[in-house]
Amino acid sequence: MSAHAMSMHAPRSHAASAASADPYNLKPGEHSTGTTIMAIPFDGGVVMGADSRTSTGTYIAVRVADKITQVHDRIWICRSGSAADTQALTDYLRHYLGQLSVETGRAPTVKTAAHLMRRMIYENKDNLMAGVIVGGWDAVDGGSVYNIPLGGSLVKMPFAIGGSGSTYVYGLVDHKFKEGMSKDEAKALVEKTVAHAMARDGSSGGIIRTVVITEDGCDKQFIPGDQLPFGP
Amino acid sequence: VSPAPPPPPPPARSVMSAGSGYDLSSSTFSPDGRIFQVEYASKAVENGGTALGLKCRDGVVLAVEKPVLNKMLLPTSNRRIHSVDEAHGLAVTGFVADARQIVNRARDEAIGYEETYGTKIPPSVLSDRLAAYVHYFTLHGALRPFGATALVASYDDETKEHSLHMVEPSGMSHRYFACAAGKGRQPAKTELEKLTLNNREDPAQNISVREGVKQLARIVHALHDEAKDKPFELEMSWLCEESGWKHKGVPRDVINESVEWAKKDIEEAEEEDEDSDEEMEG
Repeated sequence: MSAHAMSMHAPRSHAASAASADPYNLKPGEHSTGTTIMAIPFDGGVVMGADSRTSTGTYIAVRVADKITQVHDRIWICRSGSAADTQALTDYLRHYLGQLSVETGRAPTVKTAAHLMRRMIYENKDNLMAGVIVGGWDAVDGGSVYNIPLGGSLVKMPFAIGGSGSTYVYGLVDHKFKEGMSKDEAKALVEKTVAHAMARDGSSGGIIRTVVITEDGCDKQFIPGDQLPFGP
Repeated sequence: VSPAPPPPPPPARSVMSAGSGYDLSSSTFSPDGRIFQVEYASKAVENGGTALGLKCRDGVVLAVEKPVLNKMLLPTSNRRIHSVDEAHGLAVTGFVADARQIVNRARDEAIGYEETYGTKIPPSVLSDRLAAYVHYFTLHGALRPFGATALVASYDDETKEHSLHMVEPSGMSHRYFACAAGKGRQPAKTELEKLTLNNREDPAQNISVREGVKQLARIVHALHDEAKDKPFELEMSWLCEESGWKHKGVPRDVINESVEWAKKDIEEAEEEDEDSDEEMEG
């Protein structure tokens, strides 16, 4: 996991700028979802969570952004990095999954969505700045979570955190996470963790958005900025 | 020295001119709406050794009657049954060289699908892709249709279901309980229809893979005419729990057992016929 943090703060070409305020090497004017994103699977589904701050440098361009995007009936993506890049990627993924479900006659699995996303990021890694978490429910594996950091590696995980704010909460999550949590326990942990990250990371803030995905449906909620479990 | 006599005129078309000029290209319809080149391609398949496929309740079995072209050939060479990846097997008949291309394409499709989507190619997708590939060759003036049919035995890891498909030179592909292609396909279909394959009230009655191996061995031997046809080898493969749901050749001893049983069964059937003939005379 420390390897992932390293990759997000050490852009490939300039080791020197790793220490600068802009860890993402964004183009001028480009929006960053410098972010906190998180996903935890539970028995029967997945909880996905994110903050809502989109920034350009020090200006908060959008303070109520929606960083959890749906790509199929039961598959969602948490986005971090360049807002433009991740939006383009999720649009492509939505298109491919739609086509695939028609060709195969069945709902795509989270594994398939993750593989497709990884393929796109890996093959275009020189032109992209995107770290995503793919999560959802399918009939084959139940709830599952895949983390795809900047370089385009793919790892299936028992839980995943990402974005600039995630570095501040590795300790918290290592301490609190246990296997086999229930839906409510998982949701509570996601909300608490994102709140703590928002409290310490300048690029994360706003409201906490969550999506709970199960076989029966997707439940999207948010916690307003004045009711956060911790902080600001 | 007198010059050589002029060559004889080409013989008049003695074969019934079904085509009458509409059969020269696969991009030509006949007035009654047929594409003769595609039909001729199917005829080419009918010259090949009989290939049989059987979807049993607990697996799929493939069998091919492989004529031994030459006594000098190594017995296991010239395979007619190929694996596409672990979960799919192809039995082919007709022009074996054409079939080779279909097998290669199937392997490419399977690998490509897994690289892109991260899961094994579903059976219906594989047969649809092969059907589309084969079909493409029926609508080009510059290309000829494949003269081969492929029987596809598959296992779908996501739904845990096994299935049997057949892809024909026309580009049609269907899912089957049992199918046959090649020389003996008509009598084979009659025999296959006698088997219990689709009992919905009591699925446990449907034929098992072990039984299926014996039956296919029997059908191939029964259809083989010792006098007219060349000596043959029987190639068989299966996809079942016993093979770990991987496409594998049926073990040699199982084939030998089944062939022995098949030959005995055929003899007994012939004796019964003789007995009943005697009774009728009496």
